[in-house]
Amino acid sequence: MEALWLSMKLAACVAAILLLIGTPVAYWLAFSSWRGKFLLESLVALPLVLPPTVLGFYALVTMGPRGPLGKLWIALFGHGLAFTFGGLILASVLYSFPFAVQPLIASFGGVDQKLLDASAVLGAGGLRTFWRVILPLSLPGVVTAAVLSFAHTLGEFGVVLLVGGNLAGVTRTVSIDIYDHVQSLEYAAANRMALLLLAISFAGLSVVYAVNRRVWTPWAAK
Amino acid sequence: MKFAMGELSEKFEKQTGNKVNVTFGSSGNFFSQMQNGAPFDLFFSADIEYPKKLEAAGLAEPGTLCEYAVGRIVIWTPADAKMDVNKQGWEILLDASVEKIAIANPQHAPYGRAAVAALRKAGVYELVGAKLVYGENISQAAQFVQSGNAQAGIVALSLAVSPAMRDGKRWEIPEEMHPALEQGAIVVKDAKNKDSARAFLEFVKSAAGRAILAKDGFAFPEKTGKEEKR
Repeated sequence: MEALWLSMKLAACVAAILLLIGTPVAYWLAFSSWRGKFLLESLVALPLVLPPTVLGFYALVTMGPRGPLGKLWIALFGHGLAFTFGGLILASVLYSFPFAVQPLIASFGGVDQKLLDASAVLGAGGLRTFWRVILPLSLPGVVTAAVLSFAHTLGEFGVVLLVGGNLAGVTRTVSIDIYDHVQSLEYAAANRMALLLLAISFAGLSVVYAVNRRVWTPWAAK
Repeated sequence: MKFAMGELSEKFEKQTGNKVNVTFGSSGNFFSQMQNGAPFDLFFSADIEYPKKLEAAGLAEPGTLCEYAVGRIVIWTPADAKMDVNKQGWEILLDASVEKIAIANPQHAPYGRAAVAALRKAGVYELVGAKLVYGENISQAAQFVQSGNAQAGIVALSLAVSPAMRDGKRWEIPEEMHPALEQGAIVVKDAKNKDSARAFLEFVKSAAGRAILAKDGFAFPEKTGKEEKR
């Protein structure tokens, strides 16, 4: 249970951070007309196709005392990033990045251009248009981004395995815990945890699809 | 085992013309897979308990269960470590410069269990417990040290003598300090190539096979419990 709680905490932190940094990135990617934009789009999508072992290995090396990030972190805080909750958050933010940014790009880009023009004609600046027009119309995308990055982090295994060090209460997430049970041939315990994880993930995904199909709107319709 | 197995199968292929396809992974994973019908002919395990369980479940060819080698563990540090583990042994783990010590997960990795047993026997487990980080297997524990995230690790001697780690510093933990790491093998009952599987197992147990295993950091059953060989 400690592992499940830890995973929920990790997933919540990662989803919050991703909404914060993913929103401006997605805004830029949705509206910029820079020709080289496709390069950044590819970069953002990279975690979708890279094996978690590759991401995890690079994260481990970067966080190490010889890596750039590790050096900086040790200078600032006096200890390394690997085997800490902070290290897990960082690795997970990288790993789940496209799961937050891509739904945001899609919904920002899907807002009717006429509404944006109208907003501009009425004298609203870019930021005001974003808050008053784009964001309210993109709420399903925001919910999708939040839930997908939460669920994806919850189910993350390879990256955590590579940078976590399996410390109880710090880096032993639920997927690692399940793996340990299976390895120790404790199938019943693994099953219990796995079913719980399955139920949570199913509930999360159902929220995404319900919101996108307008079966359910968690905010008042105007 | 990875390095020794590569060499063993190469020699065997040359001698007999039989092709050996090796799949590396954790003993526990293979155990679960073989219980569910994975199509392997021969199973080498870092822990003889798994082949024993397969035999008990009737999945092993009768009479083939054997202990083909004994694993050894070492404390390993990178070559540029301040401390010389070869001279100071356990003591380096207590030093303040060693913040993290990587071992394999004792919950399911036999080398991890041996590491914990040896730490307890040496009387330092309580002192270093908070420094321990756990790799999923012994190679991952080694990776934690190689990447500099942990400053020392307890890994298999067979890994410490491998090309990537040979240059580091190591100290062999006396084998009486932990339960013997009995490496076991069986021929699978439903093996498709039963005869060549048997032949390969015999080759591994032969003098030529043992020479390769010894060079790659393994000891043998007869030697355990007796005086330590350096």
